[in-house]
Amino acid sequence: MIDVKKIRQDFPMYRKDSKYGNLPLHYLDNAATSFKPYSVIKAVDHYYEDISANAHRGDYPLAHDVDVAFEGSSNIIAKFMNADPKEVCFTAGDSMGMNQVAYGLMPILKEGDEIVLSFEEHASNVLPWFKVAKLTKAVIKYVPLTKEGRITPENLKKVLSPRTKIVSLAIVSNVLGYLLPIKELVKLTHEVGALFVADAAQSIGHLKTDVKDLDVDFLCFSSHKMCGPMGLGVMYGKYDLLDKMEPVFSGGEMNARFNSCGMVSLEEPPLKFEAGTQNIPGVMGLAAACQYLEQVGFDNIDAHERHLKQMAVEGLKKNGNAVIYNPDSEAGIITFNINKVFAQDAASYLASKGVFVRSGQHCAKILPEFLNTQATVRASLYFYNDEDDIKALIEACKHAEDFLDVFFN
Amino acid sequence: MSFSINDPALMREIIMDNYQNPRNFEKVDDPKYITIHMDSASCIDDIYIQVLVKDGIISDCKWHGKGCAISTASTSIMTEMIKGQSVSKAMQMMDEFNKMLADKPYDENILGDAICFATVNRQPSRITCANISWRGLKKALEEEDKKHD
Repeated sequence: MIDVKKIRQDFPMYRKDSKYGNLPLHYLDNAATSFKPYSVIKAVDHYYEDISANAHRGDYPLAHDVDVAFEGSSNIIAKFMNADPKEVCFTAGDSMGMNQVAYGLMPILKEGDEIVLSFEEHASNVLPWFKVAKLTKAVIKYVPLTKEGRITPENLKKVLSPRTKIVSLAIVSNVLGYLLPIKELVKLTHEVGALFVADAAQSIGHLKTDVKDLDVDFLCFSSHKMCGPMGLGVMYGKYDLLDKMEPVFSGGEMNARFNSCGMVSLEEPPLKFEAGTQNIPGVMGLAAACQYLEQVGFDNIDAHERHLKQMAVEGLKKNGNAVIYNPDSEAGIITFNINKVFAQDAASYLASKGVFVRSGQHCAKILPEFLNTQATVRASLYFYNDEDDIKALIEACKHAEDFLDVFFN
Repeated sequence: MSFSINDPALMREIIMDNYQNPRNFEKVDDPKYITIHMDSASCIDDIYIQVLVKDGIISDCKWHGKGCAISTASTSIMTEMIKGQSVSKAMQMMDEFNKMLADKPYDENILGDAICFATVNRQPSRITCANISWRGLKKALEEEDKKHD
């Protein structure tokens, strides 16, 4: 059970009596980014205030303390996802990780080889593959979705072939919020000898992630959607794959030595993927976020989000003026439109009531072709949301047809 | 039509009317028209503005595409306002419109129906919806200008 009142005491964003200016703060845009607890902010501050020095290079005690803090954090993050610390490479975010994986896998792609994606992928799991497909003359295939928008093992089988080299899918879609049967999909992918890349951006902060149990080959996510600092992400890869993969970025820290003839000997993973000075305070903050989420408990988070989602879906259905695109999806994401109201008009009306949601295509720009709508409103939940947030959402949606009130009343 | 921003009911009505029945909503295939496509990652609007300029006069303006109520109504109203006007008058209208959105003193008389957007800045994020077509027009007129360089 989650005691939201108590949880909110951990989050400075709620310290002003859960208000934002004159508005109540009903923050329902958690699929875009999450609030950060004091413990994360404190961990970041600890670097800047107490141990500001670079890692991996100093011979003085301060620099040594940074190494200890960085490695300690790295170990916590690795354990959080049941990876070996050598398999956890820090990036600037999910997009950068997905780009490294896509470009890094170019050598295994030949003309006519196939990369399998889906229609509900975020731009970060589509556009790098478009580029790599163009460079290698590989072909992009899409898993057909079921009528309600799910990806099933049966449908994946339909597109897998001996030419499939990579399957890259989000564990949870950021628009519809369906949870993929990932273990089955990975097994099918491996049966045809292909690699499975998981985009965990939307799942990492909401569901327990165990890379060994899932058996994924690569998995990327951002820190900021899981209560961690902005501008940081993780690219996980099985060690032997990381060992074989070429880094996209070259520079300091990632090489052991080089000479004027162009000979470069690279560091071992993860260092060879971490060119340049790393986001050390970010890594320390992410470790604090991992510990915080573990303390709240993923079973609690999941149960809480499902309860709130069900409440929202029932309320919106009762209002009678909304189309809900994903009433049955597992994640705390409700994607909908209010009849006859353009998504942005609805979202901006909701904002005037302190209900902060997102409108648009949510970076999954292929999906409107499937949903048959230009844009949608998306409310996305997290464990610090409460029933009042949902009641405010339902109440505001009830009157969203009067969206021009914002400007004239 | 003459009305003032003290008549919110009428302002609402004008916006809704232009949203539901957009004026000059038509795709033209004539290459003499300058076509500008306005879209962005942060906004759902996907709007094409088409302008025909002859001897310094905007002799026609059409538009098509998809947008929210504010951008649709504003584009519709703009096309009505600028048709038949000189390029310099249209630019003047744009300046006054932008002043209004920025909450600065502006000339109400030159703006006609467009003053129904006077309070759109109550939600600052919607200012870009209200001026998307005007930004498109500016680009179109700059293109036209280049033709004569």
